[in-house]
Amino acid sequence: MNPTTAAILHFLQTWWVELVCGVVIVAVVPLIAGYIVLMERKLMADMQARLGPMRVGPHGLLQPIADAVKLLIKEDIVPADADALIFWFAPVISMVAALTSMGALAFGPTFQVARDINIGILFVLGVSSLGFLGIILGGWASNSHYSIIGAIRSTAQLVSYETAGGLAVISALLLSGTLRIRAIVEAQQNYNPQQHSGVWFIFLAPVSFFIYLVASIAETNRAPFDLPEAESELVAGYMTEYSGFRWALYFLGEYANMIVVGAVATTLFLGGWLRPFPNVHWLNWLDFLPVLLMALVGVYCIYRAGKQPVPVQTWFMWAVALGCFAVAAIFAAPWIFAPLKFIVPGLNGAFWFLLKVTAYIYVFMWLRFTLPRYRFDQLMHLGWYILIPLAIVNVFAVGVAIVLESEFGWNRWLALIVTTAFTLAVAAILVNLHDKRTAGASTATTATTDSYAG
Amino acid sequence: MLDSILFYFFAGVAVLSAALMVTRRNAIHSAVFLITALLATAGIFLQLRAEFLFIAQIILYVGGIMVLFIFVIMLVRLDVAIHQIRFRMQKFVALLVALALGLELTAILYFARKLPGQGLFIQGSAPADQLPPNSEELARSLFSSYLLPFEIASVLLLVAMVGAVVMAKNKKRTDEP
Repeated sequence: MNPTTAAILHFLQTWWVELVCGVVIVAVVPLIAGYIVLMERKLMADMQARLGPMRVGPHGLLQPIADAVKLLIKEDIVPADADALIFWFAPVISMVAALTSMGALAFGPTFQVARDINIGILFVLGVSSLGFLGIILGGWASNSHYSIIGAIRSTAQLVSYETAGGLAVISALLLSGTLRIRAIVEAQQNYNPQQHSGVWFIFLAPVSFFIYLVASIAETNRAPFDLPEAESELVAGYMTEYSGFRWALYFLGEYANMIVVGAVATTLFLGGWLRPFPNVHWLNWLDFLPVLLMALVGVYCIYRAGKQPVPVQTWFMWAVALGCFAVAAIFAAPWIFAPLKFIVPGLNGAFWFLLKVTAYIYVFMWLRFTLPRYRFDQLMHLGWYILIPLAIVNVFAVGVAIVLESEFGWNRWLALIVTTAFTLAVAAILVNLHDKRTAGASTATTATTDSYAG
Repeated sequence: MLDSILFYFFAGVAVLSAALMVTRRNAIHSAVFLITALLATAGIFLQLRAEFLFIAQIILYVGGIMVLFIFVIMLVRLDVAIHQIRFRMQKFVALLVALALGLELTAILYFARKLPGQGLFIQGSAPADQLPPNSEELARSLFSSYLLPFEIASVLLLVAMVGAVVMAKNKKRTDEP
């Protein structure tokens, strides 16, 4: 065997898990993004008392594939005045940044794409923020007014809300005391290595979670902060000139970013792969929940199969039900066949992690269909006058709580309740000030218009 | 072998994109090549097992400063500004600075081998698993040995920020009719 082959073999032997995981992420995330879109459309339809996509597959279950095919065979238009190279490259930046940042996420105690890198959470945040370069460059390269306004709005929004989001992340990092993703999650199980007393950080730092939620909606350009692509104002913002496959890349990047943001929130605040209340023993039955849930979904599919109008759809529903039962069987196998016990933490971890990420994305969708869009100056005011000061106060408060607990021997909950009450009081003051300011501004503008009228 | 392949890849990308950045006419193209140069440098940092420096480079330079650069370039009409004399006058100074920097680097590379002991270059590399965690070590030295410089730097930044806000506010007041 010549040395080159040996080196390649050695490389594969060392890195095969990471390579396989990388390929799986690149292959599976587009599919998941497609089904998140389907979920979004179904949820929107439900909230508007409609049915949503129903034609492709039973209950529109094959709609994402139809959409993907449509996007792939669409004509790819490049505007004549566009900067061709950057126009071609910008969507790729957006998508690659989002997919790369997934590399450091931990989906379970034993399953992680990259190894447990020392700067884990910083890597995810830093690399996923590179996706904005794609948005800005794409908006500029299109050489169109709508695009560039969308791009500029997006930059301003990113700069404003990333500060608040970063400060919210800092308070969770203060609680865990590390940047390693796996250690952050473990800190939510064993806060103190001697006693198993950890809880999810959302209970310890609820204000930070709220700030991160708002900031992450703004960072992913979702409603009510979707001003960079507000269709009633800017056609489609930075994506106006894009079509076909390039547009699909932007879209994919956006949804991959939602997954990343959800995964970061899950890791930092919602206990990562831990089940709810990981240290409460009488809730141990929750470990069987994956099996029960998948089996219940299968039963429900069989129930619905009888009600399908077309025989093909009945068969398809049966197939979906069988798939659910197969997954349930995989989850159940270790309980029946003892030597397989070692995969339980990994499987359950992945289940809880993905469930929490999905729930987080679900909240995004609720907000999208519930809240009207902000005006741009309102968005900036919310960011700079309320969220950033509140985030700074919150970091301070969490730090004080930690010192009170570790140095002065306070009960952790007492310390946190006191500091959280302080933060909330500051929030109330900030909101009050903001209301006064906007009220003053609106009277000022009426005054000037009056004087101009006279 | 993998290490040297990666090093030459990153170094090549960095040098090439730095050259392209200087020679491009279009300011946005220059900015894009500056971004690739910064990213390639970040890759070299990562190869040196300085993972905190790697991510700081990405977050601060690429994610922060370059985003603002591009923002400004998009807002300012550079094709007008480039013909203004202020930019032309810098040619001579720039040449001087570049020459000085080049001489300095050549001198370092030339004399480094002649220094006593190992010289400037540290031979060999420590295995990755024996290095202390990079970000922890950085934090420890920043907040213990270099606390005063760190505080001074942060006060400086704060002063700069307040100054920028004050200047922006003043400008607005005079602009108003």
